[in-house]
Amino acid sequence: MKHKKDGKGGFITTTFNSMLGWGRKFSLFQYPFITACCGMEYMSVACAHYDLDRFGMGWTRFTPRQADMLLVVGTITHKEAPVLKTVYDQMTEPKWVVAFGACAVSGGIYDNYAVVQGIDRIIPVDVYIPGCPPRPETIINALIKLQEKIQKEGHEWRFQKRKS
Amino acid sequence: MKYRIQQEAREGTMLLNMGPSHPAMHGTTRIMLELDGEKVVNCELEMGYLHRGFEKICESKTYFNMLIYTDRMNYVSPLINNTGYVMALEKMLGIEVPERSQYIRVILNEFSRVCDHLTALAAMCMECGAFTVFLYMMKAREYIWDLMEQTTGARMTTSFIRVGGVRSDFPADWKETTQIAIDETRKVLKDCHGLMSKNKIFLNRTRDVAVVTPELAINYGWTGPCLRSTGVNYDVRKAFPYLVYDQLDFEIPLGERGDNFDRYMVRMQEMEQSLRMVEQCMAKIPKPSSPYSSDGRGLDPAEAISASRTKKPGQGIRLSPNLEGTEKGKYPGILAGKKYIVPPKEDTYTNIEGLINHFKFFMRGHGIRPPKGEVYFSVEGGSGELGFYIISNGTDKPYRLHLRAPCFHIVAALEELVRGHFVADIIPTFGSMNMIGGELDR
Repeated sequence: MKHKKDGKGGFITTTFNSMLGWGRKFSLFQYPFITACCGMEYMSVACAHYDLDRFGMGWTRFTPRQADMLLVVGTITHKEAPVLKTVYDQMTEPKWVVAFGACAVSGGIYDNYAVVQGIDRIIPVDVYIPGCPPRPETIINALIKLQEKIQKEGHEWRFQKRKS
Repeated sequence: MKYRIQQEAREGTMLLNMGPSHPAMHGTTRIMLELDGEKVVNCELEMGYLHRGFEKICESKTYFNMLIYTDRMNYVSPLINNTGYVMALEKMLGIEVPERSQYIRVILNEFSRVCDHLTALAAMCMECGAFTVFLYMMKAREYIWDLMEQTTGARMTTSFIRVGGVRSDFPADWKETTQIAIDETRKVLKDCHGLMSKNKIFLNRTRDVAVVTPELAINYGWTGPCLRSTGVNYDVRKAFPYLVYDQLDFEIPLGERGDNFDRYMVRMQEMEQSLRMVEQCMAKIPKPSSPYSSDGRGLDPAEAISASRTKKPGQGIRLSPNLEGTEKGKYPGILAGKKYIVPPKEDTYTNIEGLINHFKFFMRGHGIRPPKGEVYFSVEGGSGELGFYIISNGTDKPYRLHLRAPCFHIVAALEELVRGHFVADIIPTFGSMNMIGGELDR
């Protein structure tokens, strides 16, 4: 195929899916569901020293309807669990969930009657961050991993849906 | 089940739910409001969303293992919680802590208090719309956490204060890091004073809002900065001095009106006093019992263990960087009471007596076993009097442990405070109380 090389009217060749992934991974709106200690590290990582905004996920939305990424930061107890489920259900597709810290991953050191032993018993989880609490570097690493996942995964879009 | 507020609801009012997934409720409290227009007619607070069974879980843990749970009570100032728990135990065991270790505790405690106040005010100001103040205060906290990390090896949940003293000595260059932390915090405090203390918007939202009289505060059991904002001069550090607080020169800032602004101002001034105390401690702290010796000489722990199988290894061992400051030579300066402290790693790795001591300390049924009895000890925590009440039955696990959490009593007064105010006034009022979920619900 011939085309002019004068730079006018250029085009990019890519698949629509990867372009959508590229767009989505750098515009993650997060909903921090903060309950406990890990919230302090979340505050650190969101602030100027570590600055999540550099990676295109600094925009915090406190309503689930506007958020793409649910950060479950801290211990989820049995009393809190229905609230978390409601928040997750209220989020619109596409959505991703990050289990932030040992308590959200597995219940952590609280192996007792009050604590849900890992949020994956209630909602699906994309990335697990270990640590009690995780260091900011760990968090950034995990969120970059989530971005890679978003880039690679198959996205649903309107055109595709209508065809099926 | 109908809530009290639903049963008592009047004609023509609106019921509104706030939280628990609300940014200003810190994720763990729920406030139900009965509104007449924008005025709060009635209010009910529901908590327990972060009940993690701390007091119950402690009954099945040994005294040493329980330390990590105290970290996660008031997670903004874990070192104060460690101190409170450990000093209650020391009172039971009758241990006198070396002086250097007392100074280390005071320095770390005061920095924790600064962190606590910084976080509380940062959240309060952010919820009033001052996002810059939030960013500035978090910046100051990072410099303090640098020192914490250098000393304790962890940023927040440190478990650093141990029975008999502290886990390790300060690193060699702690004075520079401390000075940087003090200078940076002072700068931030000056900036935030400039941004907030005379800010008309902030004043309108906080001045004369949710006023507490001294009588009401005492009736509710308030302590800490919130009580002092009403003008009552009660501080555990002055009233019942512990550690070396009686040798330090510091003032207790008091408020006059007991409104939100006073609670803000008292915290701002307390941070300045805390920094003053740290400076005094830096000048007064006794010399370490042995000089810093991280020259990297000696055997690797694995080598030492294999060498000690045949004969006593002639040389000492090289501790991992994580254990720097815990060398045996430093023990007399930072730890007391041979029976109740973790045996030095040098002995554990190189001779059989040391290994037996190590096992005897960590085995179930051994280790720290206080005599039968009860003890209550309180320290001045970030948001008030933090008390530990322990009942011992002579075994290595407590029979019962109760935590007197300061913010439990403070938050209990919220219903009364916001009644008659606007919905928007709840946010700074709740923020100024410094609700910490881990401590409130335990």
